[in-house]
Amino acid sequence: MFDDRYTLAYKLYPYERSADQDADTPVRHPVVVMGGGPIGIATALDLGLQGIPVVVLDDHEGVGMGSRAICFAKRCLEIADRYGCGEPMLDKGVVWNVGKVFHKDDKVFEFNLLPEEGHKYPAFINMQQPYYESFQIERLREIQAKGAPVEIRGKNRIDNVEVKDDHVVLTVSTPEGPYTIEADWLVGCDGASSPLRTMMDLEFTGKVFQDSFLIADIKMKGDSQFPTERWFWFEPTHGQGASTLLHKQPDDVWRVDFQIGWDVDRKEEMKEENIRARLDAFLGKDVDYDMVWSSIYTFQCKRMENFRHGCVFFAGDAAHQVSPFGARGANSGMQDIDNLGWKLGLVINGKAPDSLLDTYNTERVHGADENIMNSTRSTDFITPKSPMSRLLRDSVLALSEHYEFARPMVNSGRLSVPCCYDGSSLNSADALDAPARTRPGSPCPDVPLGDEFLLSKLGNDFILLTIDVDAPDEIEEAGITVKRLALSTKDDPTLLLKERYLGEAETGVYLIRPDQHVAARRPNFDENQIRAAIRRATGKE
Amino acid sequence: MSDLILTPNINGVDDFYAELIATHEGLSDADSQALNARLILVLANHIGDRAILTQALTAVTPKEEN
Repeated sequence: MFDDRYTLAYKLYPYERSADQDADTPVRHPVVVMGGGPIGIATALDLGLQGIPVVVLDDHEGVGMGSRAICFAKRCLEIADRYGCGEPMLDKGVVWNVGKVFHKDDKVFEFNLLPEEGHKYPAFINMQQPYYESFQIERLREIQAKGAPVEIRGKNRIDNVEVKDDHVVLTVSTPEGPYTIEADWLVGCDGASSPLRTMMDLEFTGKVFQDSFLIADIKMKGDSQFPTERWFWFEPTHGQGASTLLHKQPDDVWRVDFQIGWDVDRKEEMKEENIRARLDAFLGKDVDYDMVWSSIYTFQCKRMENFRHGCVFFAGDAAHQVSPFGARGANSGMQDIDNLGWKLGLVINGKAPDSLLDTYNTERVHGADENIMNSTRSTDFITPKSPMSRLLRDSVLALSEHYEFARPMVNSGRLSVPCCYDGSSLNSADALDAPARTRPGSPCPDVPLGDEFLLSKLGNDFILLTIDVDAPDEIEEAGITVKRLALSTKDDPTLLLKERYLGEAETGVYLIRPDQHVAARRPNFDENQIRAAIRRATGKE
Repeated sequence: MSDLILTPNINGVDDFYAELIATHEGLSDADSQALNARLILVLANHIGDRAILTQALTAVTPKEEN
């Protein structure tokens, strides 16, 4: 009756009876999160750090096997850093900079990402998803021990939801039978096939593309090694698929993704001898390896029309799904929670109107659309839909072998970068003649500050960043406290503060949201303007 | 005299590529070929410089015959 749907890598929160199961009347919680994956746990971290009680209900008792998401991008790591668990991820993960592109059997070109200097976190790391989830859960245990009101309940499966005007009523199954609880707010982080979406009869539309991938984690044996590089094949002759990707992970484990088409016999493909046959053809006869994990997964490019339905929010794969090219799945889910967390916190604490929560929908739909567009473009390049599209693609690959100009056109996935919330109602008009990358709506780029970094100093609250401008150390406006972070270009040896936040401007004042996106910027401290910007950024104007 | 540019020169190259593919969408092979031919002529006229056009033709001519 309560079977696992997948094998666990680590059992981290075994079922325990909760007092709620013995209550005479259903207990009401401020926030319930459905699903204990990376996005659900991030929700608990975000709200828990704000002191807001959260109960996470997961139908399993720990984290699942398999490398799955594998690529964790800079912004995702910065968010994890904000939650206090970014550094162990960076220590564990594999960083690569060199990539090679192959067409059929020939190497077409190789590239070096030449990462931009002056960031605490690299463009991304490769790491098995169970590590990512474990680091988050370790951090959750840490804040729990310090008194954060967060709780994860394993083998607690939501089987029914009744959505009322201002709360939800949840029927939860456990190995000891069902119980009922209520929640003021419900956050659905229950994955691509979201049972919550189905229970609420909500559509998941906009199919653009469908394909399946056979993925295998393998551990090399003996002398067999490959360099720490990303190797991508278009139309490999060894696998009869549209693409193959080879990527290094921690623990000498390699990840191989074979794109094998939509119309495959999953059962047949999943047989170990068939997976090995593909791997042998791909790696060559001399390579000896153990299989650690394998899976077939399919994807579609889809999103919900609305990520908010009254007191229910959807986040991560439950709200939107993209092709894997560019690593925009888990990474964009983390940005969802980055966006939702502070807004929900302010509304629960009575410091912002309910309408602020509508901007979670508008801002993250904007992000999802950008991700879907980028991943659709990559998918179209990798799997051309018409003979002409294929001819152009093959021509780009052929030209890229000899001419540099064609290389940026080769699209095997555009790396996940956070979107700028251009046009958001929370932004104030740009009043500073400074670089576009820090315009209102954009995620703050990191800057080294001595031994530290800017983003770590921003923390989890509204910040007034002043660069060579006098301002009060603290401003309180309509219940929101904004602390000042005073910086100076006189203390900017790398010149990156000036380059990223001022450009030609001499001075600057930035109002920065708790999710580290710019809300407003101007050359000087104008109290009325800043107060108005704070009200605007919290949905009060 | 300037040379044919063979280093990246298009801002927002993904946007351009998507637009190019979209322009071909729904066309028959023959119509797609004809569109490409018109596109080449329009772009060649825009470039104008005879020397550059010759360099472009040389750049895309297969080096070895088989």
